[in-house]
Amino acid sequence: MALRLPSKVLKHILSFIDSNEDRNSVSLVCKSWFETERKTRKRVFVGNCYAVTPAAVARRFPEMRSLTLKGKPHFADYNLVPDGWGGYACPWIEAMAAKSPSLEEIRLKRMVVTDECLERIAASFKDFKVLVLTSCEGFSTDGIAAIASTCRNLRVLELRECIVEDLGGDWLSYFPETSTSLVSLDFSCLDSEVKISDLERLVSRSPNLKSLKLNPAVTLDGLVSILRRAPQLTELGTGSFAAELKPEAFTKLSKAFSNCKQLQSLSGLWDVLPEYLPALYSVCPGLTSLNLSYATVRMPDLVELLRRCSKLQKLWVMDLIEDKGLEAVASYCKELRELRVFPSEPDLDATNIPVTEQGLVYVSKGCRKLESVLYFCVQFTNAALITIARKRPNLKCFRLCVIEPFAPDYKTNEPLDKGFKAIAEGCKDLRRLSVSGLLSDKAFKYIGKHAKKVRMLSIAFAGDSDLMLHHLLSGCQSLKKLEIRDCPFGDTALLENAAKLETMRSLWMSSCFVSFGACKLLSQKMPRLNVEVIDEHPPKTRPESSPVERIYIYRTVAGPRMDTPEFVWTLHKNPEIGVSKLAIK
Amino acid sequence: MSYRLLSVDKEELDISPPGLKERNYLGLSDCSSVDSSTIHNRVQDGEKSNLNFKATELRLGLPESQSPERETDFGLLSPRTPDEKLLFPLLPSKDIAASATIGHKNVVSGNKRGFADTWDEFSSVKGSVRPGGGINMMLSPKIKDVPKSIQEERSHAKGGSNNAPAAKAQVVGWPPIRSYRKNTMASSTSKNTDEVDGKPGLGALFVKVSMDGAPYLRKVDLRTYTCYQQLSSALEKMFSCFTLGQCGLHGAQGRERMSETKLKDLLHGSEFVLTYEDKDGDWMLVGDVPWEIFTETCQKLKIMKGSDSIGLAPGAVEKSKNKDRV
Repeated sequence: MALRLPSKVLKHILSFIDSNEDRNSVSLVCKSWFETERKTRKRVFVGNCYAVTPAAVARRFPEMRSLTLKGKPHFADYNLVPDGWGGYACPWIEAMAAKSPSLEEIRLKRMVVTDECLERIAASFKDFKVLVLTSCEGFSTDGIAAIASTCRNLRVLELRECIVEDLGGDWLSYFPETSTSLVSLDFSCLDSEVKISDLERLVSRSPNLKSLKLNPAVTLDGLVSILRRAPQLTELGTGSFAAELKPEAFTKLSKAFSNCKQLQSLSGLWDVLPEYLPALYSVCPGLTSLNLSYATVRMPDLVELLRRCSKLQKLWVMDLIEDKGLEAVASYCKELRELRVFPSEPDLDATNIPVTEQGLVYVSKGCRKLESVLYFCVQFTNAALITIARKRPNLKCFRLCVIEPFAPDYKTNEPLDKGFKAIAEGCKDLRRLSVSGLLSDKAFKYIGKHAKKVRMLSIAFAGDSDLMLHHLLSGCQSLKKLEIRDCPFGDTALLENAAKLETMRSLWMSSCFVSFGACKLLSQKMPRLNVEVIDEHPPKTRPESSPVERIYIYRTVAGPRMDTPEFVWTLHKNPEIGVSKLAIK
Repeated sequence: MSYRLLSVDKEELDISPPGLKERNYLGLSDCSSVDSSTIHNRVQDGEKSNLNFKATELRLGLPESQSPERETDFGLLSPRTPDEKLLFPLLPSKDIAASATIGHKNVVSGNKRGFADTWDEFSSVKGSVRPGGGINMMLSPKIKDVPKSIQEERSHAKGGSNNAPAAKAQVVGWPPIRSYRKNTMASSTSKNTDEVDGKPGLGALFVKVSMDGAPYLRKVDLRTYTCYQQLSSALEKMFSCFTLGQCGLHGAQGRERMSETKLKDLLHGSEFVLTYEDKDGDWMLVGDVPWEIFTETCQKLKIMKGSDSIGLAPGAVEKSKNKDRV
């Protein structure tokens, strides 16, 4: 006799489980658990908007209150996905408007969102609270105005690095005239000026406002006036941090900041004039997150600021910090968990990037809690990587971008195989890895074998042959997302490891040697994968053996896409091209 | 598989002889370990011709050598030791001299392998895939960057990073920085170089350049040019490979030899026209407005086939077909 847990009890237990991964596991236990889980899931995450239909999601999760969607592949951030590829939010919004009108939160990443879409959101979800758009595009400030004016219970409106058609700052005046329920507002990616008076009034009537990120058009004067009205802020993104040097201006700024006793996170800081940095000193001791990645400030000024930030956990900075500055970070910011160092000159030709591998080594040695790294520099050494791995086995995310492609260990002229082997072996909890520099197939053999928890792997200009891909696809047990550009491998490894692709969310390959024939074969043999060939030459006119420009493969239960542009080929679209002539192995 | 190490004088980079020449772009003259007897000039044979229409063609071969353990499968490339890399060439390192001092004989720095290596592979791997025109078009453009950039390195004094070479080519998407960040920093860096008096600086102004039939986009910095002529010649150089690749497709599988003059005819003649998208989203022919106004209003560039541009008169407002966002 099987014991069955009463569904009420199960429901109660499940109310403690927030992690979707755990809930996914729960739903696999048996049908009744599946049913109970699906009826209690409130936060739904869809990592690839084409992996499942909106209708299916709405049907499965009737109590959904929060939906997170991701659209374009990650490499779209670097212009590798042509405009018009897809990732449209509208079908999802339409479906949810019809079937999940109680939806309260929508978070979209790398999707195309139109003004109509935003208006639909505003009109359809009565209790809409949270809209976060990250790296989205396709809408204008009119759409934002619609959200602001219609969603009376709006708490969060964040536009993170979106491309917005900016029709002016009027949208700000569309928020309800009486008090708003705003907790977080981020319009840092908008270009045009907003009226400071509108902003001041908004802030004054938003008593719950905790996070405010201004755009660069807001001046220091404006900032002072805002801070006076919102000293309760915990997160602040400044506007432009430069103005004519006037002692009164500095004093006012300094005073305004010193009144913000709860400030934990600081960002923005565009056009920083170093003379104004000391105005921040009063908030430094309380800061846990500091984004200086747009502040072109020299090392001494950076160090003066950073040595006061003893609680800092997250630091984004430009390479102007130099190795010396990173050494200072290592000694003052002992709580550091995440470090990102961006290049100040993002050109291939740049040779005077002032950080070297030594800077990262300092931080790895000094900051025991360091677990996430994004580091741009010109060249690296195996010894440095080995030291980093040894000192920081707790690394979870390691993204190293050696800007010069194919750069070997500059001291020994060897490939960086040994170094990345150390990282893969030593950092057992590594979940995300980006490799660069000169790498041979050996490096990928190590990674395949040892990087057991890596879920996302990014590779560029690396490897010798097909073996590289074979090592990765036959190893890397937890691999979910693999993105590769400009690597010299072809079809064999891909076809031999086709089954692996169904265990992954997606595979992106561009400027490699995958032939059109292999793509066709894969499409035919693996119906639960969508194989997209993104190529500005129509494949029809090319021989089967010719390499395709880009290929994007993802598992899906939604079937073939119906919204592909002309430069995306799928088997479904052009079945007349016929069967692949490749030998079936 | 046999490879030849080819070298040439630096001066010849500027010459465009009708014949085919090998070039050494990796500073082999700095590399004392390379035995000069292995360096010889050889005229390309016919099958490499579609790459050698320009004097600035990069070919790099290595003397006979092959790793014993692995075999070539379907993959188009044979395995090699890390020092003999088959790689896509990119803008070369400025430390070419430094990187050339490797102990290996006959081996140039592991950094920058010529695209020619790759091409060697394609032509000499037996029974394997013949990429034909496609791969040429895909890979050739990068090789065009190599000579140009080296040319610039050697002709310009290396100042700080504020040097603006005549035609700064870019590989799309590398280094991997979000365009949002690139654009923001381009404008803020320029502001910081001026005094803080509100004067807008002249930062980089990258626009995408696409060409009908080309496999991917390039980017150019409009601020590095001062007139249409410069822009035009830079684009010509950047996209010439595509043009010839196309001819190759229609011709005998890309094996025809193309002369300099024929190339220029293609670009200057009725074959292709240069158009741009202005701030209103309209496509216009390049060249009608003063240069300064052009740089301010140009959002994107497109090299269109002459036939497609019918209807685009100066100032015309026809919106041409383009792959814009939904």
